[in-house]
Amino acid sequence: MISEAAIERIRKTADRYPERRAALIPALHIVQDELGHLSQDAVRSVAEELDVPVPEAFGAASFYSLYRWKPSGRHVIYVCHNLSCSLLGAETLLDHLGKKLGVPEGQATADGRFSFERIECIGRCDGAPSMLVGKDAYDNLTPGKIDEILQRYT
Amino acid sequence: MEQMLLKRVGTAGSAGIGTALKLGAYAALEPAFRMRPADVVHEVKQSGLRGRGGAGFPTGLKWEFCAGAPGKQKYLLCNADEGEPGTFKDRFILEHDPHLLIEGMIISGYAIGAEQGYIYIRAEYPAQQDILEKAVAQAYESGYLGRNILGKGVNFDLAVHTGAGAYICGEETALIESLEGRRGQPRMRPPFPAVEGAWRKPTVVNNVETLAAVPFVITLSAEGFQKIGEEGSPGPKLFAVSGAVNKPGGYELPMGTTLRELIFDHCGGISEGRRLKAVIPGGASTPMLTADHLDVKLDFKSLVAAGSMLGSGAVIVMDDRTCMVHAAAVLIRFFKHESCGKCTPCREGTGWLFQIYKRLLNGRGREGDADLLLRICDSMQGKCFCPLGEGAIQPVLSSIRHFRAEYERCASGACDEKICRPLVH
Repeated sequence: MISEAAIERIRKTADRYPERRAALIPALHIVQDELGHLSQDAVRSVAEELDVPVPEAFGAASFYSLYRWKPSGRHVIYVCHNLSCSLLGAETLLDHLGKKLGVPEGQATADGRFSFERIECIGRCDGAPSMLVGKDAYDNLTPGKIDEILQRYT
Repeated sequence: MEQMLLKRVGTAGSAGIGTALKLGAYAALEPAFRMRPADVVHEVKQSGLRGRGGAGFPTGLKWEFCAGAPGKQKYLLCNADEGEPGTFKDRFILEHDPHLLIEGMIISGYAIGAEQGYIYIRAEYPAQQDILEKAVAQAYESGYLGRNILGKGVNFDLAVHTGAGAYICGEETALIESLEGRRGQPRMRPPFPAVEGAWRKPTVVNNVETLAAVPFVITLSAEGFQKIGEEGSPGPKLFAVSGAVNKPGGYELPMGTTLRELIFDHCGGISEGRRLKAVIPGGASTPMLTADHLDVKLDFKSLVAAGSMLGSGAVIVMDDRTCMVHAAAVLIRFFKHESCGKCTPCREGTGWLFQIYKRLLNGRGREGDADLLLRICDSMQGKCFCPLGEGAIQPVLSSIRHFRAEYERCASGACDEKICRPLVH
């Protein structure tokens, strides 16, 4: 279930636009931030709140890469695998994360702390290879540096 | 060259309005408001400013179409969906000088008659989104946004809108669809957004760097602005350099700087003393060049003459350890992932290209695969609904044009370089 606070934020967001539907993409972020991922019920609630036909809300939600549809870790790690990062070792980092966390891409660790995914260019090519952990960006990564970074997240 | 777009970027706290104001932020508002809106449009048109997002469309002309379109309600949208692989130039402005962007948007809104603006920022820039939100709030508190700005009767409201991970939303009509809460699929043009855009109202969509250049057109005048750069490509330009160079980063240089100057004088040359093999000069969808093209000038005209494009100014440098089949494959994987599915040539074409690259890199290449790739490109070229499909085939076409022998070695299994790796995803 979506909290009252989240619904309130969604209503406030909708006020910025001439049509409430425009708040759909930001509203789904609000819900995902709260629940960790999107569910059918959550999308339905958002659709009803914003007067968007439910199938159209699913159509839109399923279009975008950064909505997650299954439980993710508390901290979602996005490793860039586009060209500049790939040239400088992104695949090695992905291999390392898979071994270290013991889960395949997109699946949460048993303790629910992390999940990791690959992502297209995150606009940090000057610091390739790069990744995002939640809102935090990390550059010039090595497997050793990743180990040290992950310790900061509980 | 004197830094303009990045002038405040090196100063601590430059994203805060206090520091930004001390360093000259919002100084172009007064002189702009002394001009009539039509004169601001005229000045930008005279300056020759061209869009910095990739297409290079003349900014003043876009504004003129919108300003002249019927209807009172108009919108100004800032495209901060910087998703072209290799591109991170706008990030510097969003992160360190959001007030320059807001200043540019206020002036642009005034010129085209829009009292509402939105900044569409990609979800991959969460920290930058927070910085922008804070900057917008500060600009409201200081009276630069809202009603009756500077007591001159100018109104401009601005909100930040987040995407959710879709490269196609950098295309202006897809951006509008996404802003309206839909799948980010491009619209048929015409009508162009300047006539019928967001919520069917006349709309201008400009890139971050384009809008950030607007205050300088006002303070320097069109004539002063044109003195920077090359004829046909005036003004300062941000270049985002990554890959095999010693000093990757964002560089503000006049257009017309050569690739050699950029890579060797500014970026400290190729890293680890390796040799240059290939360069993508303007982001993933611009054709690759080689070491033979080092003396090409980085401007709209010269890069087209060299068989490529200025694009977004994202320069990806590859050294002699790079497998070109693998490099092209990584980009095709991207385009396949990002194809929006609306038109068949792009949706199917990028999928087929990816399948062939996957086969090649998994050691199952066949004789004639390079020609097969070219045939698929031919069935996409000029046949896709929007520029994504056209961009997608550029890494294929250009890598085969310059490095065909590598494809043939790869297909025959005779390659023993061991520098690529299988593509599983």
